[in-house]
Amino acid sequence: MTGRLRLLAGPDLAAGAESLNSHVQRLGPLPSTGKAFVDVVERSGLTGRGGAGFPVGRKWRSVAASGGETMLVVNGAEGEPQSMKDRVLMATRPHLVLDGALVAARGVGAKQLAVVVGEAHTQAYMAMAAALAQRPEPFLRQARLLGAPARYVAGESSAVAHLVAEGVARPTSRPPSPHQSGLLIQNVETLGHVALVARYGAEWFRSNPTVLVTAAGAVTAPGVLEVTQRTSVREVFELAGGGPRPIKSLLFGGYFGAWSHADGAWDLPLEPAALRDRGLTLGCGVVGFLHDVGCGVCETARIMRYLATESSAQCGPCFFGLRALADATGRIAERGTNPDDVARLRRWSEEIGGRGACRHPDGAVMFLRSALDVFGTDFANHPPHWRARVA
Amino acid sequence: MSSDQVLRIDRIRCDGHGLCAEMLPELVRLDDWGYPIIAPGPVPRHLLSHAQKAVAGCPVLALALARGTQTSR
Repeated sequence: MTGRLRLLAGPDLAAGAESLNSHVQRLGPLPSTGKAFVDVVERSGLTGRGGAGFPVGRKWRSVAASGGETMLVVNGAEGEPQSMKDRVLMATRPHLVLDGALVAARGVGAKQLAVVVGEAHTQAYMAMAAALAQRPEPFLRQARLLGAPARYVAGESSAVAHLVAEGVARPTSRPPSPHQSGLLIQNVETLGHVALVARYGAEWFRSNPTVLVTAAGAVTAPGVLEVTQRTSVREVFELAGGGPRPIKSLLFGGYFGAWSHADGAWDLPLEPAALRDRGLTLGCGVVGFLHDVGCGVCETARIMRYLATESSAQCGPCFFGLRALADATGRIAERGTNPDDVARLRRWSEEIGGRGACRHPDGAVMFLRSALDVFGTDFANHPPHWRARVA
Repeated sequence: MSSDQVLRIDRIRCDGHGLCAEMLPELVRLDDWGYPIIAPGPVPRHLLSHAQKAVAGCPVLALALARGTQTSR
């Protein structure tokens, strides 16, 4: 088994961006496609890989039906701190992403293109800039390349739309959603798959879809892998070199995701339906591993602090609520369990979700609720100043 | 009897003045930081005029009545 099946197949990733020549020699020229290609995308079953998992075909139809001018935004902001897959894809296979952008633009009739890359992801940014300059297609040559601030919410779709329109990467009030107003915002991995579906067809993709995952945490070789969705969590762990200690808990989907006990999840495949049955989602593709001496409460406190800091401070329930959640979680982690704090966490985590312009607070409380479920005993009995208890 | 109207809040505009909870306590309560929590579902018909006053009373125009059945955000 290899961790580089399709999107990442080809030359050594350490060699950096694949040139246009090598890309075309390896994969052949991009077939010419048009608006009818939306049927192929729909049949392929491809879903968005930015985190929300929205069906790509349905999104294209919605954009095409909005009437008026449409614009494509290639979203490589990748604000999720544990995720590396978008920047690795852009830094090594930029032309695959641009092929996908061409196919998507033809599919929805977009006449303009913006490419958004996390400004801190220098190699990805340089690779995309160079790749755009190598392409003969006017649509690509005239693209705007924008750096997204290294903020968690900067990759959220209304924030990306705001960045492209006004240079401010903060979420805006909904509705209308960007795709209802003629803006197709598509994650770079999604576009990479589109480029391959254009070459090999819907059935080829559908029969065995692959996904880019970032293995994070207590593994020997953390990093990006491309695996089929049939791959189990255990196999991801092994592909990432295994780890020095037994794994106790898993974090699916990164900071916008959910904790799970490792027991019972170890043999789960990465298929959306199988994960959904357990209340999990792969989200942006992060699988985090926590080993047996790690502390779920302390990890959760650290991540809640981060999520509170990353609020764009526009909506009260998010700005004040997440800060209060982070404070209470931090108190439990630092000073030990206080039943009042645990009760507050439970009440607030019911009250805050759904009350922001974007889904940042929703993700934060879903994440916290999963922590309260999985680490319930630890939250109830957390000692002050937790120390590593290496057996 | 419920109307075909729902309360909507622009969460970015809302500054937590709290007038909506004063004027329409049947449907709006405040969280620990003074920001409104709206009861789910359409506005009952007998509260519609109170809801309209609460909408008009919001100092930052963050509260609105909209046709629909889903309370949102």
